[in-house]
Amino acid sequence: MPSKQQAPPPLWREEFSVFKNDERYVNRRQLTKFLTLTSLAMFAGNIWILIRSKLRGKAPELPVVAVAKVGEIPVGGVKLFPYPHSGEQCILVRVGEEAYAAYSQKCTHLSCAVFYSQESGDLVCPCHEGHFSVRDGSVLQGPPTRPLPAVTLERRGEQLVAIGMTNTGAD
Amino acid sequence: MRASQFSKQSRGLTAIDGAMALIVILLMVQIWLLSATLDGYLAGHSEVALPGALVSGVLFAACAGLYLFVDRLESRAKDEDPQ
Repeated sequence: MPSKQQAPPPLWREEFSVFKNDERYVNRRQLTKFLTLTSLAMFAGNIWILIRSKLRGKAPELPVVAVAKVGEIPVGGVKLFPYPHSGEQCILVRVGEEAYAAYSQKCTHLSCAVFYSQESGDLVCPCHEGHFSVRDGSVLQGPPTRPLPAVTLERRGEQLVAIGMTNTGAD
Repeated sequence: MRASQFSKQSRGLTAIDGAMALIVILLMVQIWLLSATLDGYLAGHSEVALPGALVSGVLFAACAGLYLFVDRLESRAKDEDPQ
């Protein structure tokens, strides 16, 4: 009589181990697999940032837009204007007789609109009391960590024109 | 015989626990690295992207290596103790 060949274990036993030791091994292995896949996702995120930074290349040319006439606003006065596109508001401040400064009005913390405070001489975000210097847009206090994007101004005759932006995070 | 088998299994489990703890630490470093790289990128410092990706790749390779180690240990334990 031929010896009976040992049958392979049924599928349910492979899939659902009833032995405690096996169960512990499988659980650990599954968790390790999950952690390794999470690590792969983190790596993929870094690769995505690398690809984006390589594709970003040179910042596009910004339009040249007339912002205000010289002397149109008083010293300490402000004027709002859209730049570089219609939906992006900027603020022009006349900080001296011949000195002007312009910045994006969007706070770098949570995008609230900043305003010029004549009392403190700063650009202030009303949402979380962030203060920016009107001289260079740097953060003076509050939660923002990045400076306000500055609009580069140029005087052309009697016109102040915006010719570009700095500190935008894309340069 | 049974005692030595149990001790072997226990050593295997300890090794697996150690590997898992190491993977968790590497993963925490990797999460921090991703957030720091993203912060730098959004602030306009594109030069941080390449070293960030390289280090993240090394950390992932280490995690994958540890996973293979755990997997091999587990298969060996199963072979030795087919039940």
